[in-house]
Amino acid sequence: MANARLSIATPGAEAIQLKGWLGAHKWLILRRISQFAILLLFLLGPWFDLWLVKGNLASSLTLDVLPLTDPYVLLQTLVAGMLPISTAFLGAAIVLGFYLIVGGRSYCSWVCPVNLVTDLASWARRKLNIKGSGVAIDKNTRYWMLGATLIVAMLSGSLAWELINPVSMMHRGIIFGMGFAWAVILAVFIFDLFVSKHGWCGRLCPVGAFYSLPGKLSVVRVTADKRAQCDDCMDCFVVCPEPQVIRPALKGEAKGIGPVIMAEHCTNCGRCIDVCAEDVFHYATRFANRAPRNAPKPTPPVVG
Amino acid sequence: MAEKKYAITRRKFLMDTARTASAVGIAALGLGGYARVATGVPAPALRPPGALDEERFNAACIRCGLCVRDCPYPTLSLAELGDGVTVGTPFFTAREAPCEMCDDIPCVAACPTGALDHALTDINDSRMGLALISDHEACIAYQGLRCEVCFNVCPVRGKAITLELQHNKRSGMHALFIPVVHSESCTGCGKCERACILTEAAIKVLPFDLVKGKMQETYRLGWKEKDKRGEALVTPDIQHRFNLPAGERYDYYGKGLIEKAENDKGDDAVNKADSPFSANPLDTLNKKGGL
Repeated sequence: MANARLSIATPGAEAIQLKGWLGAHKWLILRRISQFAILLLFLLGPWFDLWLVKGNLASSLTLDVLPLTDPYVLLQTLVAGMLPISTAFLGAAIVLGFYLIVGGRSYCSWVCPVNLVTDLASWARRKLNIKGSGVAIDKNTRYWMLGATLIVAMLSGSLAWELINPVSMMHRGIIFGMGFAWAVILAVFIFDLFVSKHGWCGRLCPVGAFYSLPGKLSVVRVTADKRAQCDDCMDCFVVCPEPQVIRPALKGEAKGIGPVIMAEHCTNCGRCIDVCAEDVFHYATRFANRAPRNAPKPTPPVVG
Repeated sequence: MAEKKYAITRRKFLMDTARTASAVGIAALGLGGYARVATGVPAPALRPPGALDEERFNAACIRCGLCVRDCPYPTLSLAELGDGVTVGTPFFTAREAPCEMCDDIPCVAACPTGALDHALTDINDSRMGLALISDHEACIAYQGLRCEVCFNVCPVRGKAITLELQHNKRSGMHALFIPVVHSESCTGCGKCERACILTEAAIKVLPFDLVKGKMQETYRLGWKEKDKRGEALVTPDIQHRFNLPAGERYDYYGKGLIEKAENDKGDDAVNKADSPFSANPLDTLNKKGGL
């Protein structure tokens, strides 16, 4: 496209013209509201003595009845050789069930505070016109990381990963006190900005890798249902934190691939919906993934 | 052509996999090593009541801070990076804010994993640490001054800390009221350390294992064995007797021989009497300055 070069620095410019700024940032704004609202819920207690939610993302208690536990932390505890009491299992089951519905990595884009840091790095990367993807790290490295954190937990008999996990450290730090954890968060920012594009969330983070697993089965998904209208402006690829997930759904019609993004790494952030001037993308469920009629023999979507 | 491409892909796949695995493996080794040094508690940091032993605690505690939230006092906090305590885990410092020993133990009830053991229902059974009179030179009770603040603030008063009377050798005529900690009752709440009147506390609460000594299993203390059995273990317990010149015996304080009291009927009578003095106070008065 004529404006393809322009779109890398300012993706969504066309969408803003067509839908207005608000229309082209709808899901981004809702996502930021979600991220800050979750932080605020945890901070209402310490700041205003309003104890709606206690604890942090590792485990919390809402309105003194609803226990929530991070299933990944619970898994680390289990492989470290401890059998927690039932509250933790109940909390983890609720969380897992929730993400099986709304999308595994919705955690990453709608809840996780580190997303604010890496989105900022991503934005700065575009503004600073840093080209290329920096140090190439395989997308599946995160699964190796996931496995490694569990093996280290098993061998050390402790939650070793939680000593340096930027995700839990940042959330806990904001609510309970940061200490030197800001350095770890700064390291993630610099890593994403200068070392590797989408390097933390999209390549390494074992928390995201863990939530990718329910993401294989989860219900709510983004669909490129109007993919026929795509004019190849590439804006969605520029803003997507996991650009590889788009291609099969957007361009797979000829191969008989359905329009729903079924890849487990899609974070359901909805940024592609925002920036698309042609209104190609929408939220849908996995059940909307019907292959086009008269299509050649369906082949499994290439994901990763 | 297709075959060749496949072969290269396989080789590349194996190499890439090996490279990723190695890089992650090295990182994991680093993390494992770091976990060794970064996991633990410095001695002044104490765990909340019911905490499992440190090794199991580090596996069971998920660093959620619910215990901190349900602690009604400013006692518990989560360790921040740089505090020296395993990051994210709960602790308290006795000198700053001791455990107030709530009857309902809300911190334990709040723990979603059991890292704080829910089997703990009586706060007096908790063992957060063990108090230790760490400085006899600074503790003013050892100087013969009356203080007893640690004794008086102790929530297990009269059991965890008792006052043992000792002779004040300096003055020769006063008593020292020495605080003595008893591990079978001390919960390690830290109130004594908090309350110690000195600039630096002379009584400190430290992790139980750091303070508590242990005798060899082979020790048998005769008097305890006797108590257990109800009688002497070897020979029948007989009253010890001295062979003294007739009419003389030891006084009750071991200061030497004393002469036979006027109404003394000999050793047998002495053994029957509770006191070297006559039951009749007139006997003592009539001795005119005796004893």
